[in-house]
Amino acid sequence: MGLRRVAVVGAGMTKFMRRALETGRELSWQAASMALESCELTLDDIDGVVIGTAPDCFDGVHMKGEYLSDGCGAWQKPVMRGYVGGGTGVFSPIQGWYHVASGLFDVVLVVAEEKMSSCHPHPQGAFLTIFDNLLERQLEPNLIWIFALEMHRYMTAHGLSKRDIALVSVKNKRNALDHPCAQVAEDITVDDVLNSEIMVWPVNRLDVSPVSDGAVALVLAAEHVAKRVTDKPVWIDGVGWHLDTAYWTNRDVYYPKYVEYAARMAYRMAGITEPRKQINIVEPYDPFSYKELHHLEGLLLCGKGEAPQLTVDGVTQRNGDLPVCPSGGLMGVGNPIAAAGLMKVAEIFWQLRGEAGKRQVPGKPITGLAQAWGDLMQVGTVVVLRI
Amino acid sequence: MAADREYPGTPLSDDDVSQGKVLMVKIDPNARYAWDAGIAIGRFLAELKKGRIVGRRCHRCRRTMVPPRMFCEECFRPTDEWVYLEDSGRVNTYSVSYLRWDASRLEEPTIPAVIEIDGASKGMGIMHLLGGVKPEDVQMGMRVKAVWKPARQREGSILDIRYFRPY
Repeated sequence: MGLRRVAVVGAGMTKFMRRALETGRELSWQAASMALESCELTLDDIDGVVIGTAPDCFDGVHMKGEYLSDGCGAWQKPVMRGYVGGGTGVFSPIQGWYHVASGLFDVVLVVAEEKMSSCHPHPQGAFLTIFDNLLERQLEPNLIWIFALEMHRYMTAHGLSKRDIALVSVKNKRNALDHPCAQVAEDITVDDVLNSEIMVWPVNRLDVSPVSDGAVALVLAAEHVAKRVTDKPVWIDGVGWHLDTAYWTNRDVYYPKYVEYAARMAYRMAGITEPRKQINIVEPYDPFSYKELHHLEGLLLCGKGEAPQLTVDGVTQRNGDLPVCPSGGLMGVGNPIAAAGLMKVAEIFWQLRGEAGKRQVPGKPITGLAQAWGDLMQVGTVVVLRI
Repeated sequence: MAADREYPGTPLSDDDVSQGKVLMVKIDPNARYAWDAGIAIGRFLAELKKGRIVGRRCHRCRRTMVPPRMFCEECFRPTDEWVYLEDSGRVNTYSVSYLRWDASRLEEPTIPAVIEIDGASKGMGIMHLLGGVKPEDVQMGMRVKAVWKPARQREGSILDIRYFRPY
């Protein structure tokens, strides 16, 4: 297709926090400047900027891309803000990728930010605005309703118990103990999850990622620049994205087909024919415990309904055969929506370079995958990275 | 990623906010909206007021769709006819909510559900609430029927159906 190779060459992030003193613009600057510093580039080296940030309603600032733009280093440059709900954090680097792959840009800065704490008294209130305005909002739904409905459908389709799923929270919150930016790292047991407060059954409090503030940034570069600025470029070898119907009550939510289609697109590009054998490390989107399992199945890394057993067998532990969410994921590090997705790409970058510190998985992984999911349970975004 | 370096970001506690240790600027924009219901949902709401659920059929893919739409998003052509559906169906999935929309706690839980409507194509459901049943007695696949508001209280809203109950 005449596309150029694109590498991730630098990354930076802030702590993830329930409420940050910093504004969204200040958080963006902190992450962006750290990413530049990590690869010894300056803003002068940046040809274009991609901003990723999820619903405007959390910040309460319309045109949030423009609002955040100075913190993202975007002034006097071509800039774009993309938005696909919770899928945004993995979609932004895809946009950065096609900026560079197209040949129009050599170096692009990708910044993802979320400051959910500005919405009072609780950001959950803002989620009411994602539901259908004519037929659903009148029922006064909260976001957890639809996840609980989906989780229950998933459990019923495969005969799973809550205990089968709770282990994901235990694993991810424990992995996050080794992440210097983590918000809700904890050493807990399956019983702690099952005994935590019921929010919307079958979802308990410890099945849910927290509300968070934070920012993450990456520097992407074309091959000739990447090889000059680092001896460890991490190549973006496959990207995929896909949208399913917004009539979510008209399809069977037990399986995320849109994630499968996004994955197939990325696999085709990356030459992956046997994902389970060819992918060494995965950061699937885990805003809820069951979503990690749901997404592993959608990514074709196991059969439908088989992901819980992989977890029980320890395959997805950091020292397992297929480490899943070695960062600690959204369940452990936190969930500032767009920033959380980009954190997953940053984690694969650090892991493939052998720079993940105490979180480093053994065995020198060479191929990793990050995935996010969003909108009304309908969008999948996937990036395959290789060193 | 260096584990020994200090990562930026200044976490605040509830006390920092409630005791005014940090300054905040507050505004209540009080923006209000009135949405046109449109052609398809306009008719759907008008029929609810009469105590009926209506769907829309596409002759090409032969789907009978609810909620109704004037164009088939799969065939990308106009849909063809209105079809009256039953006010009964089957529970596709349900949950038990202890939270209101704003995350405040409920004493008595509500039971959100997806209900596949009889007369529509397989798998065509709408979101609503179950009622007249204890959460522990609800089952996946259970048959349910709409409980309507009295006719004079209906106003052309999804809430003209109070809830669906087992029957």
